[in-house]
Amino acid sequence: MSTVATVGPRTAAGGFDLVRALKEAGLAAFVAFVLFVPLMGFQLVGQEGRLGLVYRPHWVVVGTVTVFLGHLAVSFLRAVRGPARRARGEAGPFARFFTVHARWFGVAAALVAFLLPFTPFGNRYVVDVATTVLIYVMLGWGLNIVVGLAGLLDLGYVAFYAVGAYSYALFAQWFGLGFWEALPIAGVLAALAGILLGFPVLRLRGDYLAIVTLGFGEIIRIVLLNWYDVTNGPDGISGIPRPTFFGLEFKRYSAEGTTFHQFFGIEYSSLHRVVFLYYLILILALITNWFVLRIRRLPIGRAWEALREDEIACKALGINPTNTKLTAFALGAMFGGFAGSFFATRQGFISPESFTFIESATILAIVVLGGMGSQIGVALAALVIVVLPELGREFEQFRMLLFGAAMVGIMVWRPRGLLAFREPTVRLHGRGEGEEAPR
Amino acid sequence: MTAPLLEVEHLTMRFGGLVAVDDLSFTAHDLRITAIIGPNGAGKTTVFNCLTGFYRPTVGRLVFHGRFGPVLLEREDGYRIPRHGIARTFQNIRLFANMTALENLVVAQHNRLMRASGYTVLGLFGWKGYRTAEREAVDRARYWLDRMGLLARADWDAGALPYGDQRKLEIARAMCTEPRLLCLDEPAAGLNPRETAELAELLVEIRDRERIGILLIEHDMSMVMRISDHIVVLDYGRKIAEGTPERIRTDPVVIKAYLGEAEDEALPEEVAQDLARLGGGD
Repeated sequence: MSTVATVGPRTAAGGFDLVRALKEAGLAAFVAFVLFVPLMGFQLVGQEGRLGLVYRPHWVVVGTVTVFLGHLAVSFLRAVRGPARRARGEAGPFARFFTVHARWFGVAAALVAFLLPFTPFGNRYVVDVATTVLIYVMLGWGLNIVVGLAGLLDLGYVAFYAVGAYSYALFAQWFGLGFWEALPIAGVLAALAGILLGFPVLRLRGDYLAIVTLGFGEIIRIVLLNWYDVTNGPDGISGIPRPTFFGLEFKRYSAEGTTFHQFFGIEYSSLHRVVFLYYLILILALITNWFVLRIRRLPIGRAWEALREDEIACKALGINPTNTKLTAFALGAMFGGFAGSFFATRQGFISPESFTFIESATILAIVVLGGMGSQIGVALAALVIVVLPELGREFEQFRMLLFGAAMVGIMVWRPRGLLAFREPTVRLHGRGEGEEAPR
Repeated sequence: MTAPLLEVEHLTMRFGGLVAVDDLSFTAHDLRITAIIGPNGAGKTTVFNCLTGFYRPTVGRLVFHGRFGPVLLEREDGYRIPRHGIARTFQNIRLFANMTALENLVVAQHNRLMRASGYTVLGLFGWKGYRTAEREAVDRARYWLDRMGLLARADWDAGALPYGDQRKLEIARAMCTEPRLLCLDEPAAGLNPRETAELAELLVEIRDRERIGILLIEHDMSMVMRISDHIVVLDYGRKIAEGTPERIRTDPVVIKAYLGEAEDEALPEEVAQDLARLGGGD
């Protein structure tokens, strides 16, 4: 906040308070110096089997000077451009435009997604990454029900993903169920897990809710890890059956029945299955999207949003908060479960390691970055979060740095998410009619 | 004589050692405006919270002659009470700030719409019955927005409305639940004299046109004296007087409660104002 103070009444007119800027830059440089001495000033190196210490004072000097000049530059830019726009809740024209025309952007994006495997870029790697993106899009849309609409901060969403994945894997292993039979079961079981989580946290909000959901996520993971007889513990479950295309398998040869390439009389290619998986998750994700868009305009969806705004007022209007919250948890979890099933069938192998807290954090980050409640924003955010580290592969050890910088950037420029603009679920006047609300 | 709508019998509410409401009995009638007045901290809002299920009374019986016949309010879950036909507003406005005015009013019709949408299942597939029900809900909302003079601002976020409009919207939202008894907790708080006069007119109009009972907590004595049919005066949780505005205005016990004891030197400004209105009437 201290940097905002540089834009005082004197400087707002365009003047630049040099003394003040220097003081603040000096302070920032001092803090940086204190941090950089231990962080950058020493390096441990191995010397003939022993550990040795190398001093790097020049690194500290370079870092401190950079911070000093950078801070000065930021102060200067602020003074020149005037005070920053208040990050209150206003949606920029960009977010507004995007959300108002969301339908067209959505259709265009879906079209691109459908054609992707047939474009020149549609090689195996790209389709594989796109599949991962779509898994996260679907998870983001599912979590959006709980976090974006109902306003219940859930840090353990990965638990439902895990329940879905293990449901399919175990049902396939023990009862020989295929993907399509197991999918609804996985959804139901995940929804039940959502209700199980929902009951104890009915009275909790905000931080407390976040802590309990975080714990729930860990409980599920630890149960999977330790219940060796059923889940095979840390060894995971392998040999999970691949999905079939209306009973046709994606194999070169099949002992029972014909395979996909035989049926259609085309040459076998391992790409078929990759593309099929891609379309499968694309359709699952689109169903999720349809469902969320639709339910938002139904009484239950409005009740979720009302609950997010004011629970006491909801009670006074006769809305049952218990049922409303539990439906949010259950439906959000259900989509997590579907995505989990898909994950299991795609990987062919699952273990508790795939369901750590970092996954929950990533999904939550997608929802928050996308702009809570914005469907297309979530899709964009998933794209950014999955593809950015991929693009950064060449930078190897710096790619997390790149990722972090992007996150910080988004939070600075768009603190309410990429597309934070809420479109009303029902309107009385057409756009532009009625009185214009103050912005 | 109109039918009794709400019968409060021996209502007592204790919070630990504090007795917020002490053996209170009164009756609110259909087609009447019943006002509960009293100095700050007299227990008025506590009475409301008991009626609307936010508190469970320590002792007492609350009989409400609602939509499905008489019901004991103290035994109902809070969220079920509105179904019987009680709606309330709050002292500090509780709107859904990030939803539009229209959406606020549609949410108020949740239970009816929920049934019409086949508990979401039929609604998901765009069942015709639900679409009709939603249109009706929007029409009802439109009617109330129109009456409150908020039609042009229907698509504003409720939080963006000016304060006076927010108060009106909250009343409209309560009315959209189609209540038999409308409970208003200081609806005139923060309104200027002209807005207060409009509000008084509106409440009388709601009583006569919608043919419902109104229970009112209010500090603005000019308004209370002008529109109430019946007044209950509380002090330290006890009922100290009850009757028509004319009777209350001249009741020595009430005047004493507002004045305090004779040795009190300076009156707090608010009390002095209330007193002036109490004496001056309309």
